[in-house]
Amino acid sequence: MPTRVDLLQPSTATPIVSQPTRGWLRRVLSHALALRLVSILAVLGCWEIAGRVPISPSFPTFLDTAHATAAMLADGSLIKALAITLVPLAIGIVISALVGVGAGVAMGLSRRVEWLGVPVFIVLQAAPLAALIPLIILAYGIGITTKVLIVCVMALPVIVLNSFKAVRHTPAALIEMGRSFLGTQRQLIFKVILPSAAPVIFAGLRLGVASGFVGAVLAELLVTPTGVGDIITYNQSIAEYPKMYGAIASVIAVSVVFIEMLEWIELRFFRPEKRV
Amino acid sequence: MTSSTNAPVTPARVEPPPIVEVRAVSKVYPGDVTALSAISLDFPDGQLTSLLGPSGCGKTTLLKIIAGLIPVTSGEVRINGRKVTGPGPERSFVFQDFALMPWATVLRNAAFGLELRGIARSEREAVAEGYLAQVGLKGFEQKYPHELSGGMRQRVGLARALVVNSAVILMDEPFSAVDEQTRRKFQEDLLELTARERKTFIFVTHSIEEAVYISDRIALISPRPGRVSQIIDVAIPRRGDADAIRRHPTYLDSVESIWRGLRQYLE
Repeated sequence: MPTRVDLLQPSTATPIVSQPTRGWLRRVLSHALALRLVSILAVLGCWEIAGRVPISPSFPTFLDTAHATAAMLADGSLIKALAITLVPLAIGIVISALVGVGAGVAMGLSRRVEWLGVPVFIVLQAAPLAALIPLIILAYGIGITTKVLIVCVMALPVIVLNSFKAVRHTPAALIEMGRSFLGTQRQLIFKVILPSAAPVIFAGLRLGVASGFVGAVLAELLVTPTGVGDIITYNQSIAEYPKMYGAIASVIAVSVVFIEMLEWIELRFFRPEKRV
Repeated sequence: MTSSTNAPVTPARVEPPPIVEVRAVSKVYPGDVTALSAISLDFPDGQLTSLLGPSGCGKTTLLKIIAGLIPVTSGEVRINGRKVTGPGPERSFVFQDFALMPWATVLRNAAFGLELRGIARSEREAVAEGYLAQVGLKGFEQKYPHELSGGMRQRVGLARALVVNSAVILMDEPFSAVDEQTRRKFQEDLLELTARERKTFIFVTHSIEEAVYISDRIALISPRPGRVSQIIDVAIPRRGDADAIRRHPTYLDSVESIWRGLRQYLE
Protein backbone atom coordinates (compact mmCIF):
# COMPACT_ATOMS: atom_id res chain seq x y z
CA MET A 1 0.00 0.00 0.00
CA PRO A 2 1.98 3.01 -1.18
CA THR A 3 1.68 6.13 0.85
CA ARG A 4 1.10 9.05 -1.39
CA VAL A 5 1.31 12.00 0.83
CA ASP A 6 2.95 14.01 -1.93
CA LEU A 7 -0.35 14.24 -3.78
CA LEU A 8 -1.86 16.11 -0.99
CA GLN A 9 0.55 18.97 -1.13
CA PRO A 10 -1.13 21.11 -3.78
CA SER A 11 -4.67 20.56 -2.58
CA THR A 12 -4.31 20.36 1.17
CA ALA A 13 -6.46 23.03 2.70
CA THR A 14 -4.41 24.93 5.24
CA PRO A 15 -6.39 26.05 8.24
CA ILE A 16 -7.34 29.67 7.97
CA VAL A 17 -4.99 31.60 10.20
CA SER A 18 -6.49 34.78 11.48
CA GLN A 19 -4.82 37.91 10.22
CA PRO A 20 -2.81 39.84 12.76
CA THR A 21 -5.38 42.17 14.17
CA ARG A 22 -4.88 45.79 13.32
CA GLY A 23 -6.64 47.35 16.22
CA TRP A 24 -8.54 46.77 19.36
CA LEU A 25 -11.84 47.96 17.90
CA ARG A 26 -11.43 45.80 14.84
CA ARG A 27 -10.83 42.75 16.97
CA VAL A 28 -13.89 43.38 19.08
CA LEU A 29 -16.06 44.10 16.06
CA SER A 30 -14.97 40.95 14.28
CA HIS A 31 -16.47 38.92 17.08
CA ALA A 32 -20.02 37.78 16.35
CA LEU A 33 -21.20 38.30 19.90
CA ALA A 34 -19.80 41.82 19.99
CA LEU A 35 -21.58 42.64 16.74
CA ARG A 36 -24.85 41.44 18.19
CA LEU A 37 -24.33 43.57 21.28
CA VAL A 38 -23.61 46.62 19.13
CA SER A 39 -26.77 46.02 17.13
CA ILE A 40 -28.88 45.59 20.27
CA LEU A 41 -27.38 48.74 21.81
CA ALA A 42 -28.16 50.67 18.64
CA VAL A 43 -31.80 49.61 18.75
CA LEU A 44 -32.11 50.42 22.45
CA GLY A 45 -30.45 53.80 21.81
CA CYS A 46 -32.99 54.61 19.11
CA TRP A 47 -35.78 53.54 21.47
CA GLU A 48 -34.47 55.84 24.19
CA ILE A 49 -34.28 58.79 21.79
CA ALA A 50 -37.74 58.08 20.37
CA GLY A 51 -39.14 57.90 23.89
CA ARG A 52 -37.55 61.20 24.86
CA VAL A 53 -38.75 63.10 21.78
CA PRO A 54 -41.46 61.67 22.48
CA ILE A 55 -43.01 60.22 19.32
CA SER A 56 -46.21 59.54 21.25
CA PRO A 57 -47.31 60.24 24.81
CA SER A 58 -47.98 56.54 25.21
CA PHE A 59 -44.45 55.55 24.12
CA PRO A 60 -42.12 55.26 27.12
CA THR A 61 -38.34 55.61 26.96
CA PHE A 62 -36.16 52.54 27.17
CA LEU A 63 -34.85 53.48 30.60
CA ASP A 64 -38.37 53.93 32.03
CA THR A 65 -39.34 50.59 30.58
CA ALA A 66 -36.24 48.95 32.02
CA HIS A 67 -37.09 50.43 35.43
CA ALA A 68 -40.63 49.18 35.28
CA THR A 69 -39.45 45.75 34.16
CA ALA A 70 -36.95 45.59 36.99
CA ALA A 71 -39.70 46.52 39.46
CA MET A 72 -42.00 43.81 38.06
CA LEU A 73 -39.14 41.32 38.25
CA ALA A 74 -38.38 42.34 41.82
CA ASP A 75 -41.94 41.90 43.09
CA GLY A 76 -42.24 38.60 41.20
CA SER A 77 -45.31 39.60 39.23
CA LEU A 78 -43.57 39.35 35.86
CA ILE A 79 -42.11 35.91 36.56
CA LYS A 80 -45.51 34.68 37.71
CA ALA A 81 -47.17 36.09 34.61
CA LEU A 82 -44.56 34.54 32.30
CA ALA A 83 -44.99 31.18 34.00
CA ILE A 84 -48.73 31.34 33.32
CA THR A 85 -48.20 32.36 29.70
CA LEU A 86 -45.59 29.67 29.12
CA VAL A 87 -47.91 26.76 29.99
CA PRO A 88 -50.19 26.85 26.90
CA LEU A 89 -47.23 28.04 24.88
CA ALA A 90 -44.98 25.13 25.80
CA ILE A 91 -47.76 22.56 25.30
CA GLY A 92 -48.69 24.12 21.98
CA ILE A 93 -45.12 24.27 20.73
CA VAL A 94 -44.31 20.69 21.71
CA ILE A 95 -47.48 19.46 19.96
CA SER A 96 -46.76 21.61 16.91
CA ALA A 97 -43.15 20.45 16.70
CA LEU A 98 -44.03 16.75 16.93
CA VAL A 99 -47.11 16.85 14.72
CA GLY A 100 -45.65 19.44 12.36
CA VAL A 101 -42.35 17.73 11.68
CA GLY A 102 -44.11 14.35 11.47
CA ALA A 103 -46.75 15.58 9.05
CA GLY A 104 -44.25 17.58 6.97
CA VAL A 105 -41.85 14.66 6.67
CA ALA A 106 -44.70 12.32 5.73
CA MET A 107 -45.81 14.75 3.01
CA GLY A 108 -42.25 15.01 1.77
CA LEU A 109 -41.89 11.25 1.56
CA SER A 110 -45.23 10.41 -0.02
CA ARG A 111 -47.02 12.14 -2.88
CA ARG A 112 -50.38 10.92 -1.61
CA VAL A 113 -49.92 12.43 1.81
CA GLU A 114 -48.71 15.57 0.06
CA TRP A 115 -51.94 15.91 -1.94
CA LEU A 116 -53.93 15.30 1.19
CA GLY A 117 -52.08 17.66 3.48
CA VAL A 118 -50.30 20.45 1.67
CA PRO A 119 -53.42 22.40 0.55
CA VAL A 120 -54.69 22.51 4.14
CA PHE A 121 -51.48 24.00 5.45
CA ILE A 122 -51.03 26.43 2.58
CA VAL A 123 -54.55 27.75 3.27
CA LEU A 124 -53.76 27.92 7.00
CA GLN A 125 -50.54 29.79 6.30
CA ALA A 126 -52.28 32.27 4.04
CA ALA A 127 -55.30 32.80 6.35
CA PRO A 128 -55.37 35.66 8.85
CA LEU A 129 -55.26 33.31 11.80
CA ALA A 130 -56.34 35.84 14.37
CA ALA A 131 -59.72 35.78 12.63
CA LEU A 132 -60.05 32.10 13.49
CA ILE A 133 -59.75 32.77 17.22
CA PRO A 134 -63.45 33.52 17.80
CA LEU A 135 -64.28 30.23 16.10
CA ILE A 136 -61.92 28.34 18.37
CA ILE A 137 -63.41 30.06 21.43
CA LEU A 138 -66.89 29.05 20.26
CA ALA A 139 -65.79 25.46 19.96
CA TYR A 140 -63.52 25.07 22.96
CA GLY A 141 -64.48 27.82 25.40
CA ILE A 142 -62.02 30.11 27.08
CA GLY A 143 -59.84 27.56 28.85
CA ILE A 144 -56.33 26.35 28.23
CA THR A 145 -57.45 24.11 25.33
CA THR A 146 -58.30 27.17 23.29
CA LYS A 147 -54.99 28.84 24.07
CA VAL A 148 -53.02 25.71 23.17
CA LEU A 149 -54.98 25.45 19.93
CA ILE A 150 -54.25 29.07 19.05
CA VAL A 151 -50.53 28.46 19.58
CA CYS A 152 -50.76 25.36 17.36
CA VAL A 153 -52.69 27.12 14.63
CA MET A 154 -50.02 29.82 14.53
CA ALA A 155 -47.00 27.52 14.75
CA LEU A 156 -48.03 24.47 12.71
CA PRO A 157 -48.21 25.68 9.10
CA VAL A 158 -44.67 27.03 8.91
CA ILE A 159 -43.23 23.95 10.65
CA VAL A 160 -45.14 21.56 8.38
CA LEU A 161 -44.36 23.36 5.15
CA ASN A 162 -40.66 23.73 5.98
CA SER A 163 -40.33 20.08 6.95
CA PHE A 164 -42.13 19.11 3.75
CA LYS A 165 -39.87 21.21 1.55
CA ALA A 166 -36.76 20.10 3.41
CA VAL A 167 -37.52 16.44 2.76
CA ARG A 168 -38.63 17.03 -0.82
CA HIS A 169 -35.39 18.88 -1.60
CA THR A 170 -33.03 16.14 -0.47
CA PRO A 171 -30.31 16.13 -3.16
CA ALA A 172 -31.15 13.41 -5.69
CA ALA A 173 -27.50 12.37 -5.77
CA LEU A 174 -27.54 11.54 -2.05
CA ILE A 175 -30.62 9.37 -2.46
CA GLU A 176 -29.04 7.60 -5.45
CA MET A 177 -25.93 7.12 -3.34
CA GLY A 178 -27.94 5.54 -0.54
CA ARG A 179 -29.77 3.28 -2.98
CA SER A 180 -26.64 2.21 -4.83
CA PHE A 181 -24.99 1.24 -1.53
CA LEU A 182 -28.02 -0.94 -0.77
CA GLY A 183 -29.76 1.22 1.81
CA THR A 184 -33.25 0.07 2.75
CA GLN A 185 -36.14 2.52 2.59
CA ARG A 186 -35.91 2.97 6.34
CA GLN A 187 -32.15 3.53 6.28
CA LEU A 188 -32.56 6.06 3.48
CA ILE A 189 -35.08 8.01 5.54
CA PHE A 190 -33.15 7.99 8.81
CA LYS A 191 -29.56 8.08 7.60
CA VAL A 192 -29.84 10.24 4.49
CA ILE A 193 -33.11 12.14 4.06
CA LEU A 194 -33.70 13.35 7.62
CA PRO A 195 -30.10 14.45 8.33
CA SER A 196 -30.07 16.22 5.00
CA ALA A 197 -33.39 17.92 5.80
CA ALA A 198 -32.45 18.85 9.37
CA PRO A 199 -31.24 22.42 8.69
CA VAL A 200 -34.45 23.47 6.94
CA ILE A 201 -36.64 21.59 9.43
CA PHE A 202 -34.94 23.53 12.20
CA ALA A 203 -35.38 26.80 10.34
CA GLY A 204 -39.11 25.98 10.26
CA LEU A 205 -39.10 25.13 13.96
CA ARG A 206 -37.53 28.48 14.80
CA LEU A 207 -40.13 30.34 12.74
CA GLY A 208 -42.83 28.17 14.29
CA VAL A 209 -41.69 28.96 17.82
CA ALA A 210 -41.72 32.66 17.04
CA SER A 211 -45.27 32.37 15.66
CA GLY A 212 -46.24 30.29 18.68
CA PHE A 213 -45.21 33.17 20.94
CA VAL A 214 -47.38 35.51 18.90
CA GLY A 215 -50.21 33.01 19.30
CA ALA A 216 -49.78 32.71 23.06
CA VAL A 217 -49.90 36.48 23.57
CA LEU A 218 -52.79 36.85 21.11
CA ALA A 219 -54.70 34.23 23.05
CA GLU A 220 -54.20 36.11 26.28
CA LEU A 221 -55.23 39.39 24.71
CA LEU A 222 -58.27 38.02 22.89
CA VAL A 223 -59.52 35.11 24.99
CA THR A 224 -58.98 35.74 28.68
CA PRO A 225 -56.42 38.16 30.03
CA THR A 226 -54.02 35.97 32.01
CA GLY A 227 -50.26 35.98 32.41
CA VAL A 228 -48.36 38.49 30.34
CA GLY A 229 -51.52 39.38 28.42
CA ASP A 230 -53.05 40.46 31.71
CA ILE A 231 -50.11 42.76 32.50
CA ILE A 232 -50.32 44.27 29.03
CA THR A 233 -54.08 44.91 29.03
CA TYR A 234 -54.24 46.08 32.63
CA ASN A 235 -51.35 48.54 32.35
CA GLN A 236 -52.65 49.81 29.03
CA SER A 237 -55.99 50.59 30.65
CA ILE A 238 -54.38 52.57 33.48
CA ALA A 239 -51.84 54.24 31.15
CA GLU A 240 -48.83 52.60 32.85
CA TYR A 241 -47.07 52.36 29.52
CA PRO A 242 -43.56 51.49 30.81
CA LYS A 243 -44.95 48.35 32.48
CA MET A 244 -46.93 47.45 29.38
CA TYR A 245 -43.85 47.75 27.17
CA GLY A 246 -41.77 45.93 29.77
CA ALA A 247 -44.14 42.96 29.57
CA ILE A 248 -43.97 42.99 25.76
CA ALA A 249 -40.17 43.23 25.80
CA SER A 250 -39.88 40.37 28.26
CA VAL A 251 -41.99 38.13 25.99
CA ILE A 252 -39.67 38.99 23.12
CA ALA A 253 -36.65 38.20 25.30
CA VAL A 254 -38.04 34.81 26.30
CA SER A 255 -38.84 34.08 22.65
CA VAL A 256 -35.26 34.90 21.63
CA VAL A 257 -33.92 32.61 24.36
CA PHE A 258 -36.18 29.80 23.12
CA ILE A 259 -35.02 30.23 19.55
CA GLU A 260 -31.36 30.35 20.59
CA MET A 261 -31.90 27.13 22.53
CA LEU A 262 -33.31 25.49 19.43
CA GLU A 263 -30.28 26.59 17.47
CA TRP A 264 -28.03 25.14 20.13
CA ILE A 265 -29.86 21.82 19.98
CA GLU A 266 -29.58 21.80 16.20
CA LEU A 267 -25.83 22.44 16.25
CA ARG A 268 -25.21 20.09 19.14
CA PHE A 269 -27.09 17.08 17.82
CA PHE A 270 -27.70 17.50 14.12
CA ARG A 271 -24.94 19.57 12.56
CA PRO A 272 -21.58 18.19 13.66
CA GLU A 273 -19.92 19.70 10.58
CA LYS A 274 -20.81 23.19 11.80
CA ARG A 275 -18.87 22.76 15.01
CA VAL A 276 -15.43 22.43 13.44
CA MET B 1 -24.53 -10.42 -30.99
CA THR B 2 -21.17 -9.72 -29.50
CA SER B 3 -19.70 -6.34 -30.09
CA SER B 4 -17.63 -5.84 -33.16
CA THR B 5 -14.05 -4.94 -32.50
CA ASN B 6 -12.51 -2.27 -34.62
CA ALA B 7 -8.99 -0.95 -35.08
CA PRO B 8 -6.55 -0.66 -33.43
CA VAL B 9 -6.62 -4.30 -32.42
CA THR B 10 -4.24 -6.67 -30.73
CA PRO B 11 -4.99 -10.05 -32.26
CA ALA B 12 -3.03 -11.99 -29.65
CA ARG B 13 -5.22 -10.82 -26.82
CA VAL B 14 -7.55 -13.36 -25.26
CA GLU B 15 -10.88 -11.84 -24.34
CA PRO B 16 -11.74 -12.45 -20.69
CA PRO B 17 -15.35 -13.51 -20.14
CA PRO B 18 -17.80 -10.63 -19.74
CA ILE B 19 -18.87 -9.89 -16.18
CA VAL B 20 -21.43 -7.31 -17.24
CA GLU B 21 -23.61 -7.92 -20.28
CA VAL B 22 -25.93 -5.29 -21.67
CA ARG B 23 -28.55 -6.83 -23.94
CA ALA B 24 -30.64 -4.70 -26.30
CA VAL B 25 -31.21 -2.07 -23.64
CA SER B 26 -33.47 0.80 -24.58
CA LYS B 27 -34.50 3.68 -22.42
CA VAL B 28 -37.32 6.01 -23.32
CA TYR B 29 -38.01 8.87 -20.95
CA PRO B 30 -41.48 10.33 -20.53
CA GLY B 31 -42.31 12.58 -23.46
CA ASP B 32 -40.90 10.03 -25.92
CA VAL B 33 -37.30 11.03 -25.45
CA THR B 34 -35.23 8.04 -26.50
CA ALA B 35 -32.05 8.14 -24.44
CA LEU B 36 -30.79 4.71 -25.45
CA SER B 37 -31.78 2.62 -28.41
CA ALA B 38 -31.17 -1.14 -28.27
CA ILE B 39 -27.65 -1.01 -26.87
CA SER B 40 -25.77 -4.29 -26.55
CA LEU B 41 -22.37 -4.28 -24.96
CA ASP B 42 -20.10 -6.63 -23.04
CA PHE B 43 -17.78 -5.58 -20.26
CA PRO B 44 -14.91 -8.05 -19.84
CA ASP B 45 -13.92 -9.04 -16.33
CA GLY B 46 -10.98 -7.19 -14.84
CA GLN B 47 -10.84 -4.48 -17.49
CA LEU B 48 -11.52 -0.80 -17.52
CA THR B 49 -14.07 0.04 -20.16
CA SER B 50 -14.96 3.63 -20.91
CA LEU B 51 -18.28 4.84 -22.23
CA LEU B 52 -17.25 7.83 -24.29
CA GLY B 53 -19.48 10.25 -26.10
CA PRO B 54 -20.67 13.84 -26.30
CA SER B 55 -23.00 15.30 -23.67
CA GLY B 56 -26.51 13.99 -23.87
CA CYS B 57 -25.61 10.75 -25.63
CA GLY B 58 -27.04 8.63 -22.82
CA LYS B 59 -23.77 7.30 -21.41
CA THR B 60 -24.63 8.26 -17.84
CA THR B 61 -28.12 6.78 -18.32
CA LEU B 62 -26.51 3.53 -19.42
CA LEU B 63 -24.19 3.54 -16.40
CA LYS B 64 -27.09 4.14 -14.01
CA ILE B 65 -29.06 1.35 -15.69
CA ILE B 66 -26.11 -0.98 -15.07
CA ALA B 67 -26.04 0.29 -11.49
CA GLY B 68 -29.71 -0.60 -11.12
CA LEU B 69 -30.61 3.00 -10.30
CA ILE B 70 -32.72 3.53 -13.43
CA PRO B 71 -35.09 0.86 -14.83
CA VAL B 72 -34.80 -0.10 -18.48
CA THR B 73 -37.66 0.40 -20.92
CA SER B 74 -36.74 -2.83 -22.70
CA GLY B 75 -33.82 -5.21 -22.79
CA GLU B 76 -31.80 -6.37 -19.82
CA VAL B 77 -28.49 -6.14 -18.00
CA ARG B 78 -26.82 -9.23 -16.60
CA ILE B 79 -24.06 -9.31 -14.02
CA ASN B 80 -22.29 -12.67 -13.77
CA GLY B 81 -25.23 -14.05 -15.71
CA ARG B 82 -27.85 -12.75 -13.27
CA LYS B 83 -30.41 -10.23 -14.38
CA VAL B 84 -30.19 -6.80 -12.76
CA THR B 85 -33.34 -5.62 -11.02
CA GLY B 86 -31.79 -2.99 -8.75
CA PRO B 87 -28.54 -2.07 -7.05
CA GLY B 88 -26.49 -5.03 -5.84
CA PRO B 89 -23.46 -5.81 -3.69
CA GLU B 90 -21.31 -6.67 -6.71
CA ARG B 91 -21.49 -3.09 -7.99
CA SER B 92 -20.51 0.20 -6.42
CA PHE B 93 -20.82 3.70 -7.76
CA VAL B 94 -18.59 6.77 -7.85
CA PHE B 95 -20.69 9.88 -8.42
CA GLN B 96 -19.89 12.84 -10.61
CA ASP B 97 -20.74 15.34 -7.88
CA PHE B 98 -19.22 13.14 -5.14
CA ALA B 99 -22.55 12.67 -3.28
CA LEU B 100 -20.90 12.89 0.12
CA MET B 101 -23.00 13.48 3.21
CA PRO B 102 -21.97 16.93 4.50
CA TRP B 103 -22.97 16.05 8.06
CA ALA B 104 -20.74 12.98 8.23
CA THR B 105 -16.98 12.77 8.67
CA VAL B 106 -14.72 11.52 5.90
CA LEU B 107 -14.45 8.24 7.79
CA ARG B 108 -18.19 7.77 8.12
CA ASN B 109 -18.75 8.71 4.49
CA ALA B 110 -16.14 6.19 3.36
CA ALA B 111 -17.58 3.48 5.59
CA PHE B 112 -21.20 4.26 4.71
CA GLY B 113 -21.67 1.28 2.38
CA LEU B 114 -20.74 -1.07 5.22
CA GLU B 115 -22.81 0.93 7.72
CA LEU B 116 -25.88 0.34 5.52
CA ARG B 117 -25.04 -3.35 5.46
CA GLY B 118 -25.06 -3.48 9.24
CA ILE B 119 -21.33 -4.11 9.75
CA ALA B 120 -20.14 -3.25 13.27
CA ARG B 121 -18.67 0.20 13.63
CA SER B 122 -15.13 -0.77 14.65
CA GLU B 123 -14.92 -3.27 11.82
CA ARG B 124 -16.22 -1.00 9.08
CA GLU B 125 -14.08 1.90 10.24
CA ALA B 126 -10.97 -0.25 10.18
CA VAL B 127 -11.70 -1.20 6.57
CA ALA B 128 -12.48 2.39 5.62
CA GLU B 129 -9.29 3.68 7.24
CA GLY B 130 -7.29 1.26 5.11
CA TYR B 131 -8.85 2.47 1.87
CA LEU B 132 -8.67 6.11 2.88
CA ALA B 133 -4.94 5.66 3.38
CA GLN B 134 -4.76 3.99 0.00
CA VAL B 135 -6.34 6.95 -1.77
CA GLY B 136 -4.03 9.33 0.07
CA LEU B 137 -6.37 10.64 2.76
CA LYS B 138 -4.59 9.36 5.86
CA GLY B 139 -5.01 11.92 8.62
CA PHE B 140 -8.24 13.34 7.17
CA GLU B 141 -10.59 10.74 8.67
CA GLN B 142 -12.22 13.10 11.12
CA LYS B 143 -12.59 16.02 8.69
CA TYR B 144 -15.89 16.97 7.12
CA PRO B 145 -16.40 17.14 3.34
CA HIS B 146 -16.59 20.94 3.29
CA GLU B 147 -13.07 21.07 4.69
CA LEU B 148 -11.65 19.19 1.70
CA SER B 149 -10.84 20.28 -1.83
CA GLY B 150 -12.87 18.90 -4.72
CA GLY B 151 -10.18 16.41 -5.60
CA MET B 152 -9.96 15.14 -2.05
CA ARG B 153 -13.74 14.81 -1.87
CA GLN B 154 -13.73 12.58 -4.90
CA ARG B 155 -11.02 10.48 -3.26
CA VAL B 156 -13.49 9.92 -0.43
CA GLY B 157 -16.08 8.92 -3.05
CA LEU B 158 -13.60 6.48 -4.52
CA ALA B 159 -12.65 5.06 -1.13
CA ARG B 160 -16.37 4.58 -0.34
CA ALA B 161 -16.78 2.57 -3.55
CA LEU B 162 -13.70 0.45 -2.77
CA VAL B 163 -14.67 -0.21 0.85
CA VAL B 164 -17.65 -2.41 -0.07
CA ASN B 165 -15.29 -4.61 -2.10
CA SER B 166 -17.53 -5.00 -5.12
CA ALA B 167 -16.38 -6.69 -8.32
CA VAL B 168 -17.55 -3.86 -10.56
CA ILE B 169 -16.91 -0.18 -9.96
CA LEU B 170 -19.07 2.25 -11.91
CA MET B 171 -17.65 5.73 -12.30
CA ASP B 172 -19.78 8.57 -13.62
CA GLU B 173 -17.44 11.28 -14.93
CA PRO B 174 -15.68 11.14 -11.59
CA PHE B 175 -12.98 13.64 -12.48
CA SER B 176 -15.06 16.20 -14.33
CA ALA B 177 -15.59 18.37 -11.26
CA VAL B 178 -11.89 18.69 -10.36
CA ASP B 179 -9.21 20.88 -11.85
CA GLU B 180 -6.91 19.77 -14.65
CA GLN B 181 -3.80 19.01 -12.56
CA THR B 182 -5.77 17.02 -10.00
CA ARG B 183 -7.50 15.26 -12.84
CA ARG B 184 -4.21 14.08 -14.36
CA LYS B 185 -2.97 12.86 -11.02
CA PHE B 186 -6.26 11.07 -10.54
CA GLN B 187 -5.96 9.34 -13.89
CA GLU B 188 -2.47 8.10 -13.01
CA ASP B 189 -3.71 6.89 -9.62
CA LEU B 190 -6.62 5.14 -11.29
CA LEU B 191 -4.21 3.23 -13.56
CA GLU B 192 -2.27 2.15 -10.49
CA LEU B 193 -5.49 1.15 -8.79
CA THR B 194 -6.73 -0.92 -11.71
CA ALA B 195 -3.39 -2.72 -11.81
CA ARG B 196 -3.52 -3.42 -8.07
CA GLU B 197 -7.19 -4.28 -7.57
CA ARG B 198 -8.60 -6.98 -9.79
CA LYS B 199 -11.83 -5.23 -10.44
CA THR B 200 -13.90 -4.34 -13.44
CA PHE B 201 -14.26 -0.61 -13.99
CA ILE B 202 -16.90 1.03 -16.12
CA PHE B 203 -16.00 4.63 -16.61
CA VAL B 204 -18.13 7.35 -18.16
CA THR B 205 -16.32 10.31 -19.64
CA HIS B 206 -16.66 12.89 -22.38
CA SER B 207 -12.90 13.41 -22.59
CA ILE B 208 -11.24 11.53 -25.42
CA GLU B 209 -7.76 11.90 -23.91
CA GLU B 210 -8.96 10.64 -20.55
CA ALA B 211 -10.68 7.63 -22.10
CA VAL B 212 -7.67 6.66 -24.19
CA TYR B 213 -5.27 7.18 -21.32
CA ILE B 214 -7.04 5.01 -18.76
CA SER B 215 -9.09 2.47 -20.74
CA ASP B 216 -8.54 -1.06 -21.91
CA ARG B 217 -11.55 -0.62 -24.15
CA ILE B 218 -13.62 2.29 -25.23
CA ALA B 219 -17.25 2.11 -26.29
CA LEU B 220 -18.07 5.14 -28.36
CA ILE B 221 -21.66 6.17 -27.81
CA SER B 222 -23.35 8.30 -30.45
CA PRO B 223 -26.22 10.55 -29.47
CA ARG B 224 -29.93 10.85 -30.30
CA PRO B 225 -30.71 8.09 -29.77
CA GLY B 226 -27.78 6.69 -27.83
CA ARG B 227 -26.21 3.68 -29.45
CA VAL B 228 -22.78 2.10 -29.59
CA SER B 229 -21.10 3.42 -32.70
CA GLN B 230 -17.71 1.77 -32.25
CA ILE B 231 -15.67 -0.31 -29.83
CA ILE B 232 -11.99 0.35 -29.60
CA ASP B 233 -9.40 -1.77 -27.83
CA VAL B 234 -6.69 0.51 -26.63
CA ALA B 235 -3.41 -1.36 -26.90
CA ILE B 236 -0.96 0.84 -25.09
CA PRO B 237 1.65 -0.75 -22.85
CA ARG B 238 0.69 0.52 -19.41
CA ARG B 239 4.03 -0.09 -17.79
CA GLY B 240 6.28 2.87 -17.53
CA ASP B 241 5.54 6.40 -16.58
CA ALA B 242 2.53 8.49 -17.40
CA ASP B 243 4.26 10.76 -19.87
CA ALA B 244 5.46 7.78 -21.87
CA ILE B 245 1.84 6.71 -22.28
CA ARG B 246 0.74 10.15 -23.35
CA ARG B 247 3.52 10.25 -25.98
CA HIS B 248 2.96 6.70 -27.22
CA PRO B 249 2.04 6.64 -30.95
CA THR B 250 -0.95 4.39 -30.28
CA TYR B 251 -2.23 6.88 -27.73
CA LEU B 252 -1.96 9.74 -30.17
CA ASP B 253 -3.45 7.74 -33.05
CA SER B 254 -6.35 6.55 -30.95
CA VAL B 255 -7.17 10.05 -29.78
CA GLU B 256 -7.03 11.26 -33.37
CA SER B 257 -9.22 8.51 -34.78
CA ILE B 258 -11.82 8.84 -32.03
CA TRP B 259 -11.95 12.56 -32.58
CA ARG B 260 -12.58 12.01 -36.28
CA GLY B 261 -15.32 9.54 -35.39
CA LEU B 262 -17.03 11.85 -32.93
CA ARG B 263 -16.82 15.20 -34.66
CA GLN B 264 -19.70 14.38 -37.02
CA TYR B 265 -22.04 14.52 -34.00
CA LEU B 266 -20.99 17.98 -33.06
CA GLU B 267 -22.63 19.77 -35.96
